Amino acid sequence: MSDSLVWSIVLPIIGSVGVFAIQTRHTPLIGCLFSLGTAVIVASVTYRVWRDGPLTHELAGWGAPLGIDLYADGLSAFMLASNGLVGLLISAAAFWYFQGGQPDKGDEVPNSQSFWPLWLFLWGSLNLAYLSSDAFNLYIAVELIGLAGVGLIVITGSTDSFIAAMRYLLVALLGSLSYLFGVALLYGEFHTLDIRLIAEHAGQVEGGLTMWAALALISVGLMVKTALFPLHFWLPPAHSSAAAPVSAILSALVVKATFYLMLRLWFGVFSEQMTVPFGQLFGVLGTCAIVGGSVQAILQRRLKMMVAYSTVAHIGYLFLLVPLTIPFRNGNDATWDFVGYSGGMYHLLSHALAKSAMFLAAGIAIASMGSDRLRHLRGMAQQLPLTTFAFGLAGVCLMGLPPSGGFVAKWFMVNAALDSGQWWWAIVLLLGGLLTTVYVFLVLRYAFLAPQPPHFTAPSRPLEVITLLLALLSLAIGLRAVEAFDLLEHGTPFLDATMEGGDP
Amino acid sequence: MTLSTEAIFTLTAVVVFCLGLYGLIASAHLVRKIMAINIMGSAVFLLFGSIARRNMLEQSDPVPQAMVITGIVVAVAATAFALTLARRIHAETGTTQLPEERGSE
Repeated sequence: MSDSLVWSIVLPIIGSVGVFAIQTRHTPLIGCLFSLGTAVIVASVTYRVWRDGPLTHELAGWGAPLGIDLYADGLSAFMLASNGLVGLLISAAAFWYFQGGQPDKGDEVPNSQSFWPLWLFLWGSLNLAYLSSDAFNLYIAVELIGLAGVGLIVITGSTDSFIAAMRYLLVALLGSLSYLFGVALLYGEFHTLDIRLIAEHAGQVEGGLTMWAALALISVGLMVKTALFPLHFWLPPAHSSAAAPVSAILSALVVKATFYLMLRLWFGVFSEQMTVPFGQLFGVLGTCAIVGGSVQAILQRRLKMMVAYSTVAHIGYLFLLVPLTIPFRNGNDATWDFVGYSGGMYHLLSHALAKSAMFLAAGIAIASMGSDRLRHLRGMAQQLPLTTFAFGLAGVCLMGLPPSGGFVAKWFMVNAALDSGQWWWAIVLLLGGLLTTVYVFLVLRYAFLAPQPPHFTAPSRPLEVITLLLALLSLAIGLRAVEAFDLLEHGTPFLDATMEGGDP
Repeated sequence: MTLSTEAIFTLTAVVVFCLGLYGLIASAHLVRKIMAINIMGSAVFLLFGSIARRNMLEQSDPVPQAMVITGIVVAVAATAFALTLARRIHAETGTTQLPEERGSE
């Protein structure tokens, strides 16, 4: 039964259209139910991939090359599952956030009636991106993710959010057109759009130049949308001006989708072009993102801008995965490339959990303390103990201290860096953790200062609990990671690649 | 050496794409930016057209044409959304430019 692949895309979209067409006061509840349903389906897909290996579904019975295939291997299932877990908890948080009528400072109450259709639509598009095996279908997914994301930003109705959303929309359209140009070149070369078919024939084509052009266009297009340094300028205003659950969705889930596409295309379609200089280039860009993003985060005086810049930095970690998976020395038959790869993917999951907890905690703090400025957070630890605790725990995960998921991720990546003889990336990884410590403690320092007489509004308790749950999960995944790594092994390009012996 | 028709179309697509990119970066007015994006989109559609011709010389390949139609639908939706946002920004701030580009005027 490969129908569950289809349902994991169709169910949230049915939900989206449903709650858009029939708006009642139960919309948030119905939205949550659809989220729960989607999460259950996604969990079943993940379980079956974990047990039986990759799944394929031919849409309407028309297989590739003419039709469109859905394909779930370990990587897809890992993304689906991370997305499902974090998405479900954010849905629950959004239920309480909008119900409690927690307006961000200075804005009217965000319109939750438009949140639910857009969020479910976004979730469906994300699942489409993770399951589709067709390059053009991926373009559609990327475009839908962008449009739904921009729509979610503007539901706060503030002027800042309109400007941030406009900038994000222009950047997103530019990115997807660049991607589409690359896809056109690929189609001209291979006469098919199916990624797996292209990957099979990738070694046989002569058009080296066309492949490099397609690689450049696709990479730049997706880099813009992933906000990899130096193309990150649009992210902090967009993520920080949105409502708290939306910031969490954008930072934790949306930027990861285009990163996933890059991985999928780079190591599937463009495996011939994955040379050492290519890997080092992305390592350098990742390093710039880590250092630049962290320094910017330290310099911020507004809480949400700081958390948003922290996302820029942590996107940098994801890209360190690239040099750690490209065979660096000839004749190296070790499996460090898979170690580096799973470390990077684990960082993706722990960042998704920790960053959504952090953005929700920031949203609660801002609503309760009545200000977005760091120095107005004095006394937060006393008045919002749960939220401060959640923020701190999420910080521990981002710093990569044991026993968090961030620690496991960093441990694997550092090991891969050392085993492959690329010690410089290990230094970057450790330095990044240090910089993260600085900005997390900047917040906590203010939080533990003596309280000022504030205009304090009590937060909604369930919202605080869900935020704490996300933060605790980001630690808990550090305790046991074996199943996730087993899952990633299904259909991975890396374990096979090492069998052939590293071709330079 | 003479260029084939398809090569001319491909090169045109590249030039038009770059023109659109230039317009997107160089013009400050939001409507101009949105138009520039549309020009870039047209360039990609032109490229698909030339590929459709190149792949099958007897008759043109219908798959890229189907992609162009889908692409146009997406472009129309995105343009409508972008224009709505631009109008809203104009209504709220009284200007048709993003803040970072206002200083240069």
